[in-house]
Amino acid sequence: MSATTDSRAPEVVVDAAAAAAASVRKRSIWELLLKNSNVVFGGVIMALMVLVALAAPWLGTIDPTDIDPAFRNKLPGTERSFTNDSGASVERNYLMGTDSLGRDIHSRVIYGARISLIVGITVAALSIAAGLLIGLISGYFRIVDGIVMRVMDGLMAIPSILLAIALVSLSGAGLGTVIMAITIPEIPRVVRLVRSIVLSIREEPYVEAAISVGTSTPLILIRHVLPNTIAPLIVQGTYVCASAILIEAILSFLGCGIPPEIPTWGNIMAEGRIYFRIIPTQLLFPGLFLAFTVLAVNVLGDGLRDTLDPRLAKRMQ
Amino acid sequence: MLSFIARRLLATIPVIGMVALFVFLMLRLTPGDPAAVLAGDNATTEQIEGIRQQLGLDRPIYEQFVVWIGKLARGDLGQSYHFNRDVTELIALRIEPTLSLAIVTLIMTVVIAVPLGVLAAYRHDSWIDRMVMGFSVLGFSVPVFVFGYLLIYLFAIKCLWLPEVFDFKCRWFPIQGYKSISDGFWPYLHRLLLPGITLSVIYIALIARITRASVLEILGEDYIRTAYAKGLTSRVVLMRHALRNAAVPIITIIGIGIALLISGVVVTESVFNIPGLGRLTVDAVLGRDYPTIQAVILVFSLIYVGINLLIDLSYTLLDPRIRY
Repeated sequence: MSATTDSRAPEVVVDAAAAAAASVRKRSIWELLLKNSNVVFGGVIMALMVLVALAAPWLGTIDPTDIDPAFRNKLPGTERSFTNDSGASVERNYLMGTDSLGRDIHSRVIYGARISLIVGITVAALSIAAGLLIGLISGYFRIVDGIVMRVMDGLMAIPSILLAIALVSLSGAGLGTVIMAITIPEIPRVVRLVRSIVLSIREEPYVEAAISVGTSTPLILIRHVLPNTIAPLIVQGTYVCASAILIEAILSFLGCGIPPEIPTWGNIMAEGRIYFRIIPTQLLFPGLFLAFTVLAVNVLGDGLRDTLDPRLAKRMQ
Repeated sequence: MLSFIARRLLATIPVIGMVALFVFLMLRLTPGDPAAVLAGDNATTEQIEGIRQQLGLDRPIYEQFVVWIGKLARGDLGQSYHFNRDVTELIALRIEPTLSLAIVTLIMTVVIAVPLGVLAAYRHDSWIDRMVMGFSVLGFSVPVFVFGYLLIYLFAIKCLWLPEVFDFKCRWFPIQGYKSISDGFWPYLHRLLLPGITLSVIYIALIARITRASVLEILGEDYIRTAYAKGLTSRVVLMRHALRNAAVPIITIIGIGIALLISGVVVTESVFNIPGLGRLTVDAVLGRDYPTIQAVILVFSLIYVGINLLIDLSYTLLDPRIRY
């Protein structure tokens, strides 16, 4: 019993020192992040987008699925007064016009932000979680490594949009399937990243020290290897989020994504493309929102990479 | 060298095998009866049973896989349900537009991206550098189809900077469509220019960025300083010393970027109405034509793996220091 306490003792000391160092580092990292203009720009726009998505019902929107056959394909800025459910006459300006079914594009674009953000964030979280688990195991246990990496190589050889399209078409369109279909092609990239970090960390002296004091393997993985993957994974996660938002829009645009009755930026554009020559704004507005959001996430990723992962940043500059 | 080629070729076999296995399992492992999925929503029980026997779905799964691989090796990709003909034949018909679009895009990309990247590295931290880097972030963010429609609107519909002469509207470019090379070279190229520009944006963003990073790294080397000290002009130093040494990472990224190109082809062909493999993929998905979907994924993946194999093999030519 006493032997166990003795062997744990140095670890406790190390942990206390690490915690102190971490609190100092945490403060300086926040300062560093706020100093980076890319992080601030991307972060502010992302925060705005999240606010827009959450506050969608209060941003001058009406039901985005409300069809009005008498008021189709109106140009942006068209005004109209109508009587609402309680009998009062309301004046309404259709800021972005209406689509071919008379639905208000402004409302659809605002509500579309919800789907894009849900898809982007969920795909990032899921692919990081799955990739982290597979990568940790495959990097640390040589036996499974060979097989896992062959599977990942095979998955990576299939272009991601094609794989996503095929998966959606096989399992039927819907938010859940789309998220799953975008996540699966992203996993191998995360696995490779985690695995490469694990392979270099497992040779570090402190891992050897942990092994020699008898720390169990799961504990080594969680306490000594895992923390090293966090910064690169946060960076990778933002890039995955950006590409997931793009791929969701592409899938919906091609007609093999989220069902057309749900307002998403891709769906609005898919419907608008038919009238493109006459009313290009049906494509323009959702396109601008999409491009701006993806740009913000990418810029945020670049900023995070520069502050959190200087080694990678140096290679990319 | 020969043993390297042999080893590298052998190494692609498991990858291709994995791709084939995925494509095979895709249909078998999805929830529901694959025969019912293939037969469509309005099929009768007899039709479903017929398809089950025709595909051998009543046999054990490993036996099905062997049979499927055997057919694949003979170039038999099955029958398209949507187009009612051999999938192999269908792909052969559709490959010309896609290949043309890919080649035009590749040429444009290399011609634009590599000089841009070299220039940005040479003028590190100048406004040119910042423009190139800004463009490369932007290129990754603007969706292919948004950019495609923007180009169509500006140059094929509105036709900026072109006067309207009487009632005749001049056009920079035809709006959409494709003409085979057998209809003459100019009509063929003319219709590929806008889709080529659209498709190359993301690719240029990627290659310019990597070129800049690799050249920048090389420019810090001692032999670059030596070359300048010898009195060589910047052009010679950049081209013969810097770019030559940066060639391997650049070519590697061009190969990896083929995946972007393939994904982009699917979208671009839909935007510009080009009857190629990408358009075929979308049509097959919308028509629930599973044999065609499987075949297209296989073909695209094989192209991707094949090109990257060739690039790996070309390293020794690019950089004689690399020996295997």
